Amino acid sequence: MQGESLTFVFLNAAIINNFVLAMFLGICPFLGVSGKLKTASSMGAATTLVMLISSVSAYGLNVLLTSFEIEFLRLISYIAVIASAVQLVEMSMKKFSPGLFRALGIYLPLITTNCAVLGVALFQTAKEYDFLQATSYSLGAGAGFTLALLLMAGLREKLELSTVPRIAQGAGLSLMLAGLLSLSFMGFAGLGG
Amino acid sequence: MRPDLTQPITMDTFLRGIWRENPVFVALLGMCPVLAVTNTATNSLAMGVSTLFVLIGSNVLISMLRHFIPKQVRIATYIVIIATFVTMVDYILQAFSPAVYAALGAFIQLIVVNCIILGRAESYASKNAVLSTAVNAAGMGLGFTLALLMLGSVRELFGMGSLFGVPVFGESFQPWLVMILPPGGFFVLGSWLLLFAWWRERKARKALVEEAAHAR
Amino acid sequence: MNEQPMVFAEPKAPSSFLLVRVLGLVALISGLLIVLIYQWTLPSITEQRRLALEKAVFQVIPGASQLTSYVVNAEGVHAKDSGTSGPALYAGYDAEGKLIGIAAEAAAQGYADAIRLLYGYSPECQCITGFSVVYSRETPGFGDKLVSDPAFLANFDALDASLNADGSALANAIVTVKHGTKTKPWQIDAISGATVSSKAVGKAINESAQVVVPAVRRHLNTEGRL
Repeated sequence: MQGESLTFVFLNAAIINNFVLAMFLGICPFLGVSGKLKTASSMGAATTLVMLISSVSAYGLNVLLTSFEIEFLRLISYIAVIASAVQLVEMSMKKFSPGLFRALGIYLPLITTNCAVLGVALFQTAKEYDFLQATSYSLGAGAGFTLALLLMAGLREKLELSTVPRIAQGAGLSLMLAGLLSLSFMGFAGLGG
Repeated sequence: MRPDLTQPITMDTFLRGIWRENPVFVALLGMCPVLAVTNTATNSLAMGVSTLFVLIGSNVLISMLRHFIPKQVRIATYIVIIATFVTMVDYILQAFSPAVYAALGAFIQLIVVNCIILGRAESYASKNAVLSTAVNAAGMGLGFTLALLMLGSVRELFGMGSLFGVPVFGESFQPWLVMILPPGGFFVLGSWLLLFAWWRERKARKALVEEAAHAR
Repeated sequence: MNEQPMVFAEPKAPSSFLLVRVLGLVALISGLLIVLIYQWTLPSITEQRRLALEKAVFQVIPGASQLTSYVVNAEGVHAKDSGTSGPALYAGYDAEGKLIGIAAEAAAQGYADAIRLLYGYSPECQCITGFSVVYSRETPGFGDKLVSDPAFLANFDALDASLNADGSALANAIVTVKHGTKTKPWQIDAISGATVSSKAVGKAINESAQVVVPAVRRHLNTEGRL
């Protein structure tokens, strides 16, 4: 919607309709990476950066595609932009922060297949956001994603000190935790009204 | 070029994707659509079939081109090919089944980032002949659809009292609302995984007991 | 005796030219496939969209069987291809070509996400004649009551949307009131337990009608056509 304020767009993406806990995007890294708070926060930051770059590029691409009436190339061009953005972030991280690069390992190139990143680009196009709204939206989505990762990592760190029945260890427990987190986030619905 | 490990096609090539190497319950791949579109059984089926189409189509094309794609650009080419098939499914659904298209929404386009498809391309299609790839992809796709249906049916049954839109319980059924909301997706998948883990434990314990009995 | 260390020749890395050529070829094949599918499905998709639009418009303008599309903004009603942008407006005519009513888009923030709807207005009775939900992500079981609750739908049998003295805005703003407290014809009685969703409907229709109704009335010519 055109009239939405930037703060609302940000809060909507970060909390009210949190990308992980309400829209089910970005689940793979959410279940896989979140074991330690430090890795979780770096992963969140890297993903937010990729989201921002992709979102801005997607906005520009969309303007280009609509003016030439070749919207059917939208998906391919968006995913190409995301892959390039991830490559860019990977290369800069290798140069400026090699320790972090090694810590994230295989998860960095996997940001390309993170549904949340493509989701940001697709949803902002569907909602017909303008440039500033799109930027706010991607920052909010990244913030919400990082928040979910941090919450999960914190919970998992605490759980390492308690006894968990063997059948629940691993994914089963993470999913139940995620369900409880999702339930609590439902309390934010109606915040924008 | 990459070593060609064409394996003979057996029943296992097809079946392993359904149970032993089920992409959802064993490898925990493709989570996003699994939780998002399984609020009804019909949506689950539609998403499963769409993904199956993209899986088979893209992997077959990749397998056909496997000797021509250099190692350095393989991920980029795989993604472009997968995106092509997803765009095809998107337009075909819009044209011939607007109801399904409206129900699945943005998640059709999100099939392109479904880790299962890229994973299969990388680990199987790039090294195996076309027919073997097609069979394996079909098995994986069916395993995925099965997992989706297992989730969708439970959620629809308890959340709306119906199955595929057909009411199952009587008028007085009180729907368990959380089942069709986001938390319900997490809980149901978690429950299925707990169930499978418990079953595996039981089998392992029984095997141990039998072994001990034989050893005597 | 000196044993020469075995030297394995390094496989030559493919040249950039080869990489670009392969990528270009794959992109070409993909582009071709997409264009083919697009052209093949285009007639079907256009037809589906036309049918869906007609269905929605004729639902909110009872009795209409033909429609023409416009866009509307604060300046007035413009033809669809005139280059101006704005929310869509549809004029519904019966089989003889007589204007029955108009349908306009409206949107407001609901409980979970935006609610988008299409509502109908009749110049003859100067009232809103109905609405249909285009997009909604409200809580299942509560939000879907918007289109199924008979008491809520009865609000729209003749929701007053008359203009004020100089025709610049609605005489009385359309507003949603608490369930059971409706006293005036321009009020909408909320659904008990789904107040936020009901309020969103009222807000959306009011915001849109304040602009659309005066614009439509100004645009109506003596024959009652737009």
